Amino acid sequence: MKQASETKPVRELIIKIETAGLSTRELNNRLREAVTNGVSKIELHNVYGQRYIGTDLNKPVEIEVFGTPGNDLGVFMDGPRIIVRGNAQDGCGNTMNEGEIIVHGHAGDVTGLSARGGKIFVRDSVGYRAGIHMKEYGEKRPVLVIGGSAQDFLGEYMAGGVLIILGLNLGESDMHHITRYIGTGMHGGVIYLRGKITPHQLGKEVGVAELGDTDQATVEKYVGEFASHFGWDAGKILEQRFIKLFPLHLRPYGRLYAY
Amino acid sequence: MKTFLPSKFMVERDPNRCIQCQVCVNQCSFDVHHYDAVDDEVRSREENCVGCHRCVIFCPTHALNIRKNPLDYRENYNWRPEVIEDIIKQAESGGVLLTGMGNDKGYRIYWDHLVLNASQVTNPSIDPLREPMELTTFIGRKPDRLELEKGSLRLKTKLAPQVRLEVPVMFSAMSYGAVSLNVQESLARAATEAGTLWNTGEGGLHRSLYKYSKNTIVQVASGRFGVHPQYLDAAAIVEIKIGQGAKPGIGGHLPGEKVSADVALTRMIPKGTDALSPAPQHDIYSIEDLAQLIYAIKEATNYTKPVSVKIAAVHNSAAIASGMVRAGADMIVLDGLRGSTGAAPKVIRDNVGIPIELALAAVDTRLRQEGIRNQASLVIAGGIRNSGDVAKAIALGADAVYIGTAALMALGCTCCQQCHTGKCAWGICTSDPFLTKRINPDIGARRLVNLLRAWSHELKEILGGMGINAIESLRGNRLALRGVGLTDTELEILGIRMAGG
Repeated sequence: MKQASETKPVRELIIKIETAGLSTRELNNRLREAVTNGVSKIELHNVYGQRYIGTDLNKPVEIEVFGTPGNDLGVFMDGPRIIVRGNAQDGCGNTMNEGEIIVHGHAGDVTGLSARGGKIFVRDSVGYRAGIHMKEYGEKRPVLVIGGSAQDFLGEYMAGGVLIILGLNLGESDMHHITRYIGTGMHGGVIYLRGKITPHQLGKEVGVAELGDTDQATVEKYVGEFASHFGWDAGKILEQRFIKLFPLHLRPYGRLYAY
Repeated sequence: MKTFLPSKFMVERDPNRCIQCQVCVNQCSFDVHHYDAVDDEVRSREENCVGCHRCVIFCPTHALNIRKNPLDYRENYNWRPEVIEDIIKQAESGGVLLTGMGNDKGYRIYWDHLVLNASQVTNPSIDPLREPMELTTFIGRKPDRLELEKGSLRLKTKLAPQVRLEVPVMFSAMSYGAVSLNVQESLARAATEAGTLWNTGEGGLHRSLYKYSKNTIVQVASGRFGVHPQYLDAAAIVEIKIGQGAKPGIGGHLPGEKVSADVALTRMIPKGTDALSPAPQHDIYSIEDLAQLIYAIKEATNYTKPVSVKIAAVHNSAAIASGMVRAGADMIVLDGLRGSTGAAPKVIRDNVGIPIELALAAVDTRLRQEGIRNQASLVIAGGIRNSGDVAKAIALGADAVYIGTAALMALGCTCCQQCHTGKCAWGICTSDPFLTKRINPDIGARRLVNLLRAWSHELKEILGGMGINAIESLRGNRLALRGVGLTDTELEILGIRMAGG
């Protein structure tokens, strides 16, 4: 509350907000106010666990987060671009509609949960159930690119979208992922995985294939974006073999029931 | 494989009345009636009949009647016909038995063991036809205390968002895809006209229904179908669906055949794919996580509307409800054992959950004991049949009720329990365009408004008889109830006395 008196109509296009001591609600109010006033870039300093950053902002704005944003970063987000200079927690990009989240660090569990559009780039690794139930419709096709590796249930229940996992933390000699139950319940979308897995790590609804031309183009596009965000050499990443994981059925449970 | 299942029903066609007009052939979506052109005769395949009565009602010469097949098995209290036939079905299909509508088993219906009070001699009853009578109900968090400005007596306390209902009866969540768009439009228009709310269920809000958004509850469920900022902004209330009375703990599979182009657009998933709602919401594994989603929605809508949380009534509902209120829910919904569904595994529907009357009493009692009952509105669902049930529910502690089955019955549903087949002959629970056009939203809305109007009048009669003139005075007033034919334990949980005492 102590910051409230300092809030006044902001004219600058770029502003900095010192967030130490601000509650989640106060911080999001400040963001709403800034965006309403036409600010195009906001730097948030000393962020320390405030949740839902980026929600309820319906104008294009870039938010650079220094510190550790709390859970549900960009929940229901509809257009902003968030750059995190640190780690994101659980639920990053939860039910996101449009926009971009670029995490210069790790992200927690259920990253990209039920995302419906937009892009999420995570430089390092993610927790459990990343990309769960991402979906797509027409041109709305969410993209999640993970630089490192993932915990179990990656892409569970996946219904659409593109999930790319690069395994850059695995070491170039072995390149073996340890994620289990990848794509369990998958019935849409596609996962491109760089590195090795053994079949028992996949959900029973998942098929494995080589990349076709369209796949290759998709991977090149998003790996290119990933590399430019985090200063990698895209060509070097693309030297390693990718495999494509896809749903075997659009109706995985169609034969489960008696009518 | 030859099926060993006998017909459930017999179709009786009076040859003296039948004019071979084939209305029944066109009306039946289960392929019972068919026309033999060679013999110029309409015939029946009785084994397909589900007993929905569509043909009977539409037969212009009243030539048809549907009767239960009197075929008897040798009497056996354990191996009843339903048990035998379920086993046969599974032996022939290897599948999980699916069913529609609510639990049809003989669990005690407590409403039928509760009786209401009335004024005699010591206080006057009121005639609602001539005196004002108030059913207005406000849904939302109420403050712990009210502060007024000295002098002007203006309200100083900042109230949380409230939604006004003219009648404490709302329409239960029924998603687009499970029911047709014409059904949703009927519900939306009726809710708007009657001053109550309808609920989108978890299938998103069709673009043509945004104009009714002031009377709309939108759901955020595990599938997150059609959930986006405009959807949340449009609603009067946002409801987080954790569970459903017909299938506590179970997710949902909307079969791909029902995902038409328009359903796909509203849910924002590709046409023809299964719409899978996972059993849990994977960002909610605890009360703290629930609080996180409640406040995510509050932030996303800038604290402008109540957030509801709906659970199925289960053994420890009271403790869970306490957690829900403390997590920030402004409205909590309990859906009981008899709650209905468009499709659920039969074994779950018929065996999981607890009766809503007991859950309601337990939750209301618990929230009062903890001094937090004011912090959330309490809404119940699951088998509310008439205004008597509504009055008893309110006396037991509910702020309002949801009706689903009763609303669909107003539209023609006869509870044949075939919702899961997608072939509803009444055009309600289907996405087949040939069938959905059977519901005309003009007429549908009229029938629903009529039902609410009738129940409102009856509620006013009940209140008047008790000598009270506002539903607020009945709310949580368990002295207005007495029990008949209940055990001491049942009376204790319901928090009421035995009739006569």
